[in-house]
Amino acid sequence: MGSRNLRPGMGRFDAMMPVVGDRFELRDIRVDGDDGPILDGFSARIPAVGLTAIVGESGTGKTTLLRLLNRLDDPDAGVVLLDGRDVRDYDVLELRRRVQVVSQTPVGFPGTIARNLGDAHVTALLARVGLDADMAEREADRLSLGETQRVTLARAIAREPEVLVLDEPTSALDVRAKARIECLLGELADDGMTVVLVSHDPRHAEQLADHVIELG
Amino acid sequence: MTGLSGAVGFAEVALSMVLVAVAVVISRVRGVGLEGDMTVALVRSFAQLLAVGYVLEFVFDGHGGLTFAALAVMVGTAAWTTGRRAKSVPGARGVAAVAIAVAAAATLGVVLALGIVPAEARAVIPLGSMVLSNAMVAASLVMTGMHDRLATSRREVEARLSLACTAREAALPAMRESLRAGMLPIVENTKVVGLVAFPGAMTGMILAGAPPLDAIRLQLVVMYLLLGGNAFAALVAGELTVRRLFTAEHQLIRPLRR
Repeated sequence: MGSRNLRPGMGRFDAMMPVVGDRFELRDIRVDGDDGPILDGFSARIPAVGLTAIVGESGTGKTTLLRLLNRLDDPDAGVVLLDGRDVRDYDVLELRRRVQVVSQTPVGFPGTIARNLGDAHVTALLARVGLDADMAEREADRLSLGETQRVTLARAIAREPEVLVLDEPTSALDVRAKARIECLLGELADDGMTVVLVSHDPRHAEQLADHVIELG
Repeated sequence: MTGLSGAVGFAEVALSMVLVAVAVVISRVRGVGLEGDMTVALVRSFAQLLAVGYVLEFVFDGHGGLTFAALAVMVGTAAWTTGRRAKSVPGARGVAAVAIAVAAAATLGVVLALGIVPAEARAVIPLGSMVLSNAMVAASLVMTGMHDRLATSRREVEARLSLACTAREAALPAMRESLRAGMLPIVENTKVVGLVAFPGAMTGMILAGAPPLDAIRLQLVVMYLLLGGNAFAALVAGELTVRRLFTAEHQLIRPLRR
C-alpha cells in the first residue's frame, strides 16, 4: 500500500508539473469493518495539483478511504490532514463544501435535473458532462444510471469545490461519454481543482492520472 | 334515563368470562394455540383494571393532588413501552418520554387553560390516558419509521450530507414520511368516527346513561385532543430522533452507515 508517482514524462503535465504541497495527507489510517480492519496502517498523500487515481481490487477499501475525505466516516486510528490541518478541526459542513465526494452509486434527488443542479448555469453544466440542455426539466430520480452519474457529477461541480472526489465516475458510461467525462476531469485539474478518482482498472488509471495510489 | 352505571357487579363480570371460555374453546378446537395467551390476557386485564379502579377511587375520593403523580407514572410506563418498541433508536426511552410528556402537557394544558374541561382528577386522568396511549403509538411509529427510512435511503441521505446539507436537511424526506405515517392513523380514524365504531368516551357515556348529544360533544373534544396530542408527539419524537441517528458532525450513526 502507498502512493507513487508515474514514470517521469508520462503524466499530463510532463516536466512542467510544479512542485507543490499535498492537498490531503493520510497518516497511519485504520478503519475497522465488521470482519476485521478494512484499512490498517495506511498512509498516502494526495497532491494539490493534478489528477490522482486510487486503484485497487474490490474490497481493498477504496470507497472506505473516500468516506474519510469528507468525514462521512472517521478513521478508528490515524489522522487525515487537509492542507496540513486535521479534517476534524474544520467545520464539517465547510469541509464538505470544499471537498465534494460523488459516490459510486449516484443518487438523483426528487425534482428536476435543473433543481438538482441548483437552478443556475444549468445548460452550461449539462454541456460539460455531455448531456443535452433539454434534459433540464426531466425528473432527476428517473434517469438511467449513466445519466444519473453525469448529473451527480454536474451537481458536485456546480458547488465549485476545491477538491472533487469521484468513485468510479464512468462505470455506467459508453465509450464516448466516458471520454467526455475524462476530458472534463482533466480540464478541472488544469484549472486548479484537485481531482481524485477511484478506479478498478490500474492501466487506465495510469494513462489518465498524474498520480496513482494503490490499495490492497 | 337509566344507564348501566353501577349496574355491573363482580357477579356480572364473572358471567361475562363465559365469552372468554368460548374463545379458549375455539382456539383449542381449531388448533390456534392461543389458549395460554388468552388466559394470561384474562388474568392481566382483570388484575390491572382492578388495581387501576382502586387507585382512581382513592384519587377521586379527595386525593386529587395525586393527579399529577398518576399522570407521571402513566408517562413513564408509556415511555418504557415505546422505548422497547423503538429500540433501534439509541436512547429511545428518553426520546419517547419527552415526546409523550410534551404531547400530554401541551394538549391537557390547552383544554384546562381554556376551561374546556374542569381541572379535576375525574376529567384529567381519563383524558390524559387517552392522549398518552395515542401519543405512544405515534411516537413509536415515528421513531421506528425514521430509523428504517434512514437505513433504506442511506445512499440518498449520505449524498445530501456530501453536498454539505445538515443532518436535519438530509433527514427531511425521511422525517416527512415518518411524521405522516405517525399521524395518518388518527386522521383516518377521525374521518370515519361514528360511522362504524363508536369511540370509547362516547360509548362509555352512553352506557352510563348520558344523553347522546352530551356524549358526542365530549367525544369531539376527545378526538381533537387526540389529534393535537398525536401531532405534538410525532413532531417531538421526529426532532429528537434525528439527533439520535446522526452524530454532532452530521454523520449517520455507525450502525446506519454500512
